[in-house]
Amino acid sequence: MSRYSAFSIFRNGLSGQKNWQRAWRAAEPKPAYDVIIVGGGGHGLATAFYLAENHGIRNVAVLEKGYIGGGNVGRNTTVIRSNYLLDGNTQFYEFSVKLWEGLSQALNFNVMFSQRGQIVTAHSADQLDTFSHRANVMRLNGIDADILDRDEVRRLVPYLDFSDTARFPIHGAILQGRAGTARHDAVAWGYARAADGHGVDIIQNCEVTGFVRDGDRIVGVETSKGRIGAGKVGLAVAGHTSVLGQKAGLELPIESHVLQAFVTEPLKPLVDHVVAYGADHFYVSQSDKGGLVFGGNLDGYNSYAQRGNLGIVREVAEAAIALMPCISRVRLLRHWGGVMDMTPDASPIICPTPIDGLYLNGGWCYGGFKATPASGWCFAHTLATGKPHPLIAAYGLDRFRTGHTLDEAGAGPAAWLQ
Amino acid sequence: MLRIECPCCGPRDHDEFRYGGDASVMRPRHDDPDPESWYRYVYVRKNPPGPHSEFWQHVTGCRQWLVVERDTRNHSILSVGFARK
Repeated sequence: MSRYSAFSIFRNGLSGQKNWQRAWRAAEPKPAYDVIIVGGGGHGLATAFYLAENHGIRNVAVLEKGYIGGGNVGRNTTVIRSNYLLDGNTQFYEFSVKLWEGLSQALNFNVMFSQRGQIVTAHSADQLDTFSHRANVMRLNGIDADILDRDEVRRLVPYLDFSDTARFPIHGAILQGRAGTARHDAVAWGYARAADGHGVDIIQNCEVTGFVRDGDRIVGVETSKGRIGAGKVGLAVAGHTSVLGQKAGLELPIESHVLQAFVTEPLKPLVDHVVAYGADHFYVSQSDKGGLVFGGNLDGYNSYAQRGNLGIVREVAEAAIALMPCISRVRLLRHWGGVMDMTPDASPIICPTPIDGLYLNGGWCYGGFKATPASGWCFAHTLATGKPHPLIAAYGLDRFRTGHTLDEAGAGPAAWLQ
Repeated sequence: MLRIECPCCGPRDHDEFRYGGDASVMRPRHDDPDPESWYRYVYVRKNPPGPHSEFWQHVTGCRQWLVVERDTRNHSILSVGFARK
């Protein structure tokens, strides 16, 4: 793999841009690998990269049933933050933000990580108190956090509704300055290219249809491209974790739900931060092309259809205008839906499974993108050593049995409430 | 949008309903001492890609609880009936 640099741009410019290497090889499966990662999304590719980079395990294949970037890694709203409250989440997501800060260098690929800061508005004194609690927890964990009063919020984001007629007047906000966004496709492509550079085979259009067993142990996978042997198999197939889990004989506390996202026509620069609405489930950022990117609630019923419905379009538009009346005439260009694993406590599951040779990375709910580097890092550690990385000790499958759930939303054990 | 044929009120937009989750899950007997069966009742779901039997309540209509069978891959509704036996 030749490295990208100012000189490589100059050299390829001289030859008419015709001699760029492809970013990763079009690999065909070998008979067997040390590790097979099922799922070529951000988490699967990151895992393969860190297996090679941190643990020297290079005889690795990533099997993707579609194409790289076609799943949830290309279907999110690209927000990155670590403003969590609970022990186990706080440290994990902060580790992820630290990896994001060096990711473009580590991958030799510009993932366009932009630390524009995230503001979550508070709409009552009580809500601002809970945000202060969160900010204190973050600071005690070495994470940046600031509490803003109404005037400070107004100076930073004057386009929100500060009028006397605002449905939920803004009382203040919590700000994480190091939060931001990254270019999601670049994350997938960057990890794919860097993993390939270490010799990892990235095999697209290769659907896993079953598992190969030797006694109780899983020793490979059946795929649409034939049987492939494996020392260890790691699942990283968010959205379809229960489908594959069932094929392996795993019963999981997961439901699949659709989450939609939206983008408007391009505007001149307006939204400098990621802004989340504390009175409803709505958040907005502006992409580098100028479109406002919106996120909102789950559709809220089991679904494997990668499409949403108009009820959520209306809800999100209502919240958008309640927070930012100035965009009431902006047109929505498109919306899309991604299928995600919803766990009963809204926290992920990364762990060895009760089935020998099988490892699980799933249950990301709608927060998987920001976790991509840390998830890959910790899952690679788990695959390489057979033991959970300390940062994911709280994400084991048995937490539901023992009562040690991480219910960040405090919504109880119904996936569609999280 | 889903259109649910309410047995009381006729076909209605699903925004009138509240989702109530997997209708195939059975509550253990109240004196069941086995933590495993309570764990399965609260947390474990089959989550099938295909026909799924689920509760919906017609909250802004007749307020009846319904059992709807719906294909989770394409949202086609296969059957609707009352949840009460």
